[in-house]
Amino acid sequence: MTDSWFAALIPAACVTAAALAAMVVEAFRDRHEHPPIGLLGTIGLVAALAACVVLWDRNQVSFGMIQADNFGLFASMIVLVAALLTVALSAPAIERERLPAGDYYAVMLFAVVGMVLMAMAIDLLMIFLALEILSIGVYVLTGMRRDRVASSEGAFKYFLLGAFSSAFFLYGVALTYVLTGTTRLDRIGAYMAAEAMNTTPLMLIALAMLLVGFAFKISAVPFHMWTPDAYEGAPAIVTGFMSTAVKAAAFAAFVRVFLSALEPLQGDWAPVLWVIAMLTMILGTVVGVAQSNLKRMLAYSSIAHAGYLLVGLIAANEVGKAGILFYLLVYAVSNLGAFGVIVLMATRESPRDELGDYTGLWHVRPGLAALMTVFLLSLGGLPPTAGFVAKWYVFSAAVRAGYYELAIVGLLTSVVSVFFYLRVVVMMYMAEPAAQPARPAAGVLAMSALAVSTAAVFYLGILPTRVLDLAAASVGTIF
Amino acid sequence: MTFPILSSLVIVPVAACVLLLLVGNRDEARAGLIRWVALGASLLVFALTLLLWARFDASSADFQFVERVPWIPAFGIDYHVGADGISLLLVVMTGFLTPIALLSSWGSIERKVKEFSIFILALEAAMIGVFIALDLFLFYVFWDAMLIPMYFLIGIWGYERRIYAAVKFILYTMAGSVLMLVAILGLAWIHQQTTGAYSFDLLALGALQVPAGTQFWFFLAFALAFAIKVPLFPFHTWLPDAHVEAPTAGSIILAGVLLKMGTYGLIRFAFPLFPEAAAYFAPLLGVLAVIGIIYGALVAMVQPDMKKLVAYSSVSHLGFVVLGIAAMNLQGLQGAVFQMLAHGVSTGGLFLLVGMLSDRRHTRLIAEFGGLKSVMPRLTAVFLIITLASIGLPTLNGFIGEFLILLGAFAADWRFAAFAATGVILSAVYMLWMVQRVYYGPVTNEKNANLPDLTPREWAAAAPLVAAAILMGVAPTLFLKPAEPAVTRIVQQLEQVHRVAAPAPPIGPSADAAPGASRDLR
Repeated sequence: MTDSWFAALIPAACVTAAALAAMVVEAFRDRHEHPPIGLLGTIGLVAALAACVVLWDRNQVSFGMIQADNFGLFASMIVLVAALLTVALSAPAIERERLPAGDYYAVMLFAVVGMVLMAMAIDLLMIFLALEILSIGVYVLTGMRRDRVASSEGAFKYFLLGAFSSAFFLYGVALTYVLTGTTRLDRIGAYMAAEAMNTTPLMLIALAMLLVGFAFKISAVPFHMWTPDAYEGAPAIVTGFMSTAVKAAAFAAFVRVFLSALEPLQGDWAPVLWVIAMLTMILGTVVGVAQSNLKRMLAYSSIAHAGYLLVGLIAANEVGKAGILFYLLVYAVSNLGAFGVIVLMATRESPRDELGDYTGLWHVRPGLAALMTVFLLSLGGLPPTAGFVAKWYVFSAAVRAGYYELAIVGLLTSVVSVFFYLRVVVMMYMAEPAAQPARPAAGVLAMSALAVSTAAVFYLGILPTRVLDLAAASVGTIF
Repeated sequence: MTFPILSSLVIVPVAACVLLLLVGNRDEARAGLIRWVALGASLLVFALTLLLWARFDASSADFQFVERVPWIPAFGIDYHVGADGISLLLVVMTGFLTPIALLSSWGSIERKVKEFSIFILALEAAMIGVFIALDLFLFYVFWDAMLIPMYFLIGIWGYERRIYAAVKFILYTMAGSVLMLVAILGLAWIHQQTTGAYSFDLLALGALQVPAGTQFWFFLAFALAFAIKVPLFPFHTWLPDAHVEAPTAGSIILAGVLLKMGTYGLIRFAFPLFPEAAAYFAPLLGVLAVIGIIYGALVAMVQPDMKKLVAYSSVSHLGFVVLGIAAMNLQGLQGAVFQMLAHGVSTGGLFLLVGMLSDRRHTRLIAEFGGLKSVMPRLTAVFLIITLASIGLPTLNGFIGEFLILLGAFAADWRFAAFAATGVILSAVYMLWMVQRVYYGPVTNEKNANLPDLTPREWAAAAPLVAAAILMGVAPTLFLKPAEPAVTRIVQQLEQVHRVAAPAPPIGPSADAAPGASRDLR
């Protein structure tokens, strides 16, 4: 570990620069001018990705707060990839919804900054700050369509509950500080390791507070209430972004805190998380079955996926940690792909995100229907798509740790989830086209983003070795 | 480097899929071209399977044509394929039935021909993959990947209740197979604990000493997945729906090949990997198989719909196969392997012929027909031969398998053979009764008076099946011989363990889990 003055912050700095540039360009543009702000964002994100690659294996630390270890870099890259796909898919949404482009990109990029910081933070206070940066950005994005009631309602719910959970988290940080006199994760870990034998109520309360904060961000049951409303209310592309990038960042910090600093207390938190994971997997899928709105359905499916990810966390072994990283990447490309199709389906008059809107899509746009099918099958975990390898990886961690029941429930719920993913496929392929079938137009950029996602889904499904090894190597360095 | 013949069997259909994807087919303008390309590709695969057979060393029990490339080294997962006699025969049968299925669709599938052909070829690749995979991870990938094209085939080109049938098919099968996935992961973990490295290799896992209690659960997980696929009573309820609603080509492949994946799985994985648990559960499987034989036959008898009748006859016939496996002796297993092929040919043929009738009249109800013999004598003759093959007339293919299975079952426990033998009689009753009602007597329905007889294309699809049925009946050795060393090896594996564990107390948590059956089933 080398303490370098600024190096670990470079990825976050690249994105910050892009966000600031976006704001400036928006402020100084003429009324009818449409500067390519999305391109600015792309440049910043690509630069950040490049910085992550350069920093790989160097283990730089900045200010004792931000540590660019391989784990953090891998998680950051997932966030950045998700952000790139989002930017590529944003253009049609912005144009159609008449969103203020500059504001949209700037807020989104600032949220990305928060996520990258969160993935690399090694101090509880830094994690909290990063969490707030990303949350505020995402609240704004959720409520971006101010003229729509659903959008405002979702954003308001998200904000209220989010603020509440942030308070919990902060309280947990404070209590931890009271106990240990530090907010640095490594020092907390040392303290906990020494005191693990005689846990005090105060320790358990601090643990519970932190747990609640994280559980809210990853939308685990019973802290998931905001998810369906926020996901349904937000513009489709924002929902895709929230469900993948936010989840990746939150899980990275979750894993870091619970499997390094609080690892000695595993005996105390594992049973609680076991219950939460079970509930999350079951509720996410069972309620998902009843949905007829595609965004809401994917919101519940995102809850279920959080449950599968928790299984990897509970397993708490090398396979589980690497499995979480791999799963997050796979989920990012699959879910963003699916949301990308939803974005392309929308028209100016209607979001067209009801199940019925997909009736007979195959007959009109066979390519789009095929892509959607690939993404949904990947979310459902069928081979030869990436979703299968990801599930296999996470559940093999559970089996290895002896949690057979988690693996069985996880796999059975994924069969149930296949049922509702297939309902979309049934609509697209097996129902006769509606009187006026959707004829969505798709731009080159958006289509190429979908093509990249598809390629990734098959690449990670058929030849996962390289990425699996990278994920395994990246958890080897810190835990 | 030698020519990777087994991989080519998977690659050729996939390559054909990609090729077809690139062909534009707006408004079915190129449907003809697409049909020929798909048929050509499937015939090429069939030729390759024949080449495989020609090169196969029938005296060896080992896996041949083995290819092994590391795939996910961190978990000891290899791309590892190979074929012994059992795999060989099933691969050849897959190669044989796929072109017939494609041909059968030429008259009935008019829309989205391109996608239809792609799904059939993708299905073929996955099915062959299942039969040649020697790595459990690879096997599972093919096993699950196979569901997707079949789902679309049923759901898009099926009959009225196709969506229900397609969803039921995929969910039922997946629910069974995920438990197997957990067991596979568990096996790999046990291998890691004993040897220090992960492995999903069938041979490495077979050499493992799995504790008896664990075997019990893992065997149940595997057996459930396979029992659903077979389908063994009482897990058969998806089958009539899927069969009846699927298009003809789908039914041919479903009955001909897909169901065999379940019995193949029992022979290849469930029994050899967990021999002690297998010995313990074999009587239970035998009882369920016998129930399936009789139940399937009785239900078939009362079906008004020809396709449903044939579907239930599959439940009955596959019961024989499972009975042969559960007997765990040479005759039983040999009969099971032979019956798998025989059933593929004859039931595939029955679905083909029922499909032809259905293409002509758009109904499959027995009551709608009658006296077809005078209208279409050639179709009647072919139908009769295939029917007789299906009910096990000597010199046709059904006889040998059932005979061997009954022999094996008798050696295990005479009561199994006694009850199962009634299934032979019952099958004659329902099949011949159907033939009588459909083909003989006067023409009762005006619509049937002018139906055309077999067209050249239909001859091309039906004739190979008739030829195969006769060939298998008169020269069964040709098909028994290649599988014999492999079957002998498996029986020896099972016996070895049984001898070692002979005085051991019953395995598993509850000793009374196999009711109503003799524990000494060998």
